[in-house]
Amino acid sequence: MLDFIARRLIAIIPVLAVVAVFVFLMLRLTPGDPAAVIAGDNATSDQIADIREKLGLNEPIWTQFAIWIGDIVQGKFGESYFFKKTVAELIAQRVEPTLALALCTLIFAVCVSVPIGVLAAYRQGTLFDRIVMGFSVLGFSVPGFVIGYCLIYVFAIELGWLPVQGYVRIGVNFWQFAERMVLPSLTLSVGFVALISRITRASVLEVLNEDYIRTARAKGLSNRVVLMRHALRNAAVPILTIIGLGIAILIGGAVVTESVFGLPGLGRLTVEAVLSRDFPTIQTVILLFSVVYVVINLLIDISYTLFDPRIRY
Amino acid sequence: MKQVFRRTLAAMAASTIVTGAFVLSTSPALAQGKVLKFVQNGNLTILDPIWTTAYVTRNHGYFVYDTLFASDENNAVKPQMVDKYEVSPDKLTWTFTLRDGLEWHDGKPVTSEDCIASIKRWGARDAMGQKLMDFVKEMKPVNDKTFQMVLKEPYGLVLDSLGKPSSQVPFMMPKKVAETDPFKQIDSQIGSGPFIYVNAESKPGEKHVYIKNPKYKPRAEPASGLSGGKVVKVDRVEIIEMPDTQQQVNAIIAGEIDLIEQPPHDLIPILKKDKGVKLVDWNPLGHQFIIRFNHLVKPFDNPKVRQAALLAMRQEDYLKATVGEPEYYKVCSAAFVCGTPNAFDAPNGLLVKPDFEKAKALLKEAGYDGTPIVLMQSTTLPVLTNTAPVTKALLEQAGFKVDMQSMDWQTLVTRRTKKEPPAQGGWNVFHTFSVAADILNPISTSYMVAQGDKSWFGWPTDPVIEKLRDEYAKETDPVKNKALAKAVQDRALETAQYGWIGQWYGPGASRANISGWLKAPVPVMWNVEKK
Repeated sequence: MLDFIARRLIAIIPVLAVVAVFVFLMLRLTPGDPAAVIAGDNATSDQIADIREKLGLNEPIWTQFAIWIGDIVQGKFGESYFFKKTVAELIAQRVEPTLALALCTLIFAVCVSVPIGVLAAYRQGTLFDRIVMGFSVLGFSVPGFVIGYCLIYVFAIELGWLPVQGYVRIGVNFWQFAERMVLPSLTLSVGFVALISRITRASVLEVLNEDYIRTARAKGLSNRVVLMRHALRNAAVPILTIIGLGIAILIGGAVVTESVFGLPGLGRLTVEAVLSRDFPTIQTVILLFSVVYVVINLLIDISYTLFDPRIRY
Repeated sequence: MKQVFRRTLAAMAASTIVTGAFVLSTSPALAQGKVLKFVQNGNLTILDPIWTTAYVTRNHGYFVYDTLFASDENNAVKPQMVDKYEVSPDKLTWTFTLRDGLEWHDGKPVTSEDCIASIKRWGARDAMGQKLMDFVKEMKPVNDKTFQMVLKEPYGLVLDSLGKPSSQVPFMMPKKVAETDPFKQIDSQIGSGPFIYVNAESKPGEKHVYIKNPKYKPRAEPASGLSGGKVVKVDRVEIIEMPDTQQQVNAIIAGEIDLIEQPPHDLIPILKKDKGVKLVDWNPLGHQFIIRFNHLVKPFDNPKVRQAALLAMRQEDYLKATVGEPEYYKVCSAAFVCGTPNAFDAPNGLLVKPDFEKAKALLKEAGYDGTPIVLMQSTTLPVLTNTAPVTKALLEQAGFKVDMQSMDWQTLVTRRTKKEPPAQGGWNVFHTFSVAADILNPISTSYMVAQGDKSWFGWPTDPVIEKLRDEYAKETDPVKNKALAKAVQDRALETAQYGWIGQWYGPGASRANISGWLKAPVPVMWNVEKK
């Protein structure tokens, strides 16, 4: 197991190297000059040229890349062109809302989607099953921002139960934090619930037709025990896999959801950085997302062993 | 199995009840007291108002810093930090004396040397500042509170320059800060303005916090525009970063924020319907749309082709397409903004009534070969998005072939720096807009500069207009200045240097319990009261 973990951790290095080269080149090859953005609309060409020089953007592209990689290896992520702060500081300031949103979404989505997926499989072909499947199609089809605006309109504007926007740090006031997390988490979890419930249903359906389930029933085990202990546990691997892959959906969804609900998280930081061509910030945030994605999927792979004793690393 | 189903449903119901319980147990809004929550048009990322011309940074400057002079609501320049000033009979020596009791936020007194260093830094970056510095022989302190500006020859815009209201504003900073390289960002936010920036509580991308400066001594006169007594009537202002305009509107309706700098025109009807919100016309001069040609590449290197393009312009088409409501726009053929001393109508209905036949004739005369012109369309600034399609339609009626290329604003501002032909990544024409306060005379209007490479994007060269601008700068007689401003406008139209294609207004929005939002070209938060 330790060998497996070590090998997977070492495998992160080439993945990050590819991401780093890709992100760096993509930013340099697409149009957009941070100096022009910094200088503002009334600046002249000369002023922009001066700013480019100060930012080191006139250096050859490979020199810029070498400097950046050299800094990254030393744990220096550079300074944002705009904020007069290091990128590490910026990320530290913005990580909490994104983490909170992702965790709330994940918890809510798993708690809702796995039970309804299991029940839909067990009651295959019933009205309940059709409703769940219909909901999952709807959840995939409706864009997150539409769901967000609808929820805001109903729960914040019309009913006034919840705030429209904003974020209060968990350490400042828990209840205000919690009330500001409800709508964004619901919004982000709709697609996730649709995905997981559908996969759960399919996996459980497949397992329910296995011989050992028939054997378990023949032994006289109760339906609850058959379903929860035998069926769900054996169906868990594909469900866990889809949760791991869904982290990418979470990251992408966070960008939209944070913008709609005014959450000052990493998603919004990414959008702001892309729009203003803040190269050091974009590069570091994307590298961070890559690390998170790879590590979470590693954890998911490890967790397979908890559900399926046949899997050994 | 029914038992399983029931238990699962019960568990889901319980989690819903728990969620609902904490929702209902919490109050819908924060107790705000005397805190103003203000949303600007765009995120405040750069805190150095000399380093960038971004309007949000200029707004930040007015919170933290003070100015030697400032314009009132009639655009007249009035002393602000300056108590009194004198001009020598030969108009070469200006002596400025600061008011008593001016202090930086760290408690140190504001001195002449601080002001001289600040003017120098601003003069290295701002176009109007650079022009002023061309005339300045030296600046020297007389004592801690008095300094002199000695000119090489009389200059008519000394006070207009020092009281320049919009980007880039000559804000006064402590000498140590002002000595920062003008092309590097400052590190300190110590000013002498009516608010103190709270760095510890400010989080870029989330909010910026300003508290009332308890030591600030406002002038005795009532506040007017950017001048007069800057009396702060709240304890704290929070600039909330909220890029989504729909979200801004939702938040002000729900009472979560107090003011929006400028909601988009298409959302104004929603705000008008809400009794808890009012619209405030805080910037009565408004803004002006601009069409800018690239003078360096074909076909707009030919003045006749540019003239043909201007002959196709019809301001109302632009204003209807972008603003919509006539209440918020004005057809105005004056380069230096209608309703100001330098406002003159363009001759023969130019920019207002198109003459497509004449335009076609001019194009033929110019030998335009039908090569499509590249029109850059910004799709990320809502107010600009519809300008380019209107231009495409109008120019095509005049006989041009137009290749409209859509891009985000940041790509556009990068591409417009390219001087190469469109085939090599350059451009022919694009649109922008300006705050009216930036374009009230031939010197402050960057679009009027015609010094080739030193000009704003498009790089026109015209010694005639430059001579007129110089004469305007040197002239101290307001009557003669007015005639010179008209001559500059006429010349700009004659050479079709650029086009001004309509004046528009964007009201701010505030909660009904907010009052005292001053009429000025900048949204300022002193004098604003929250009941």
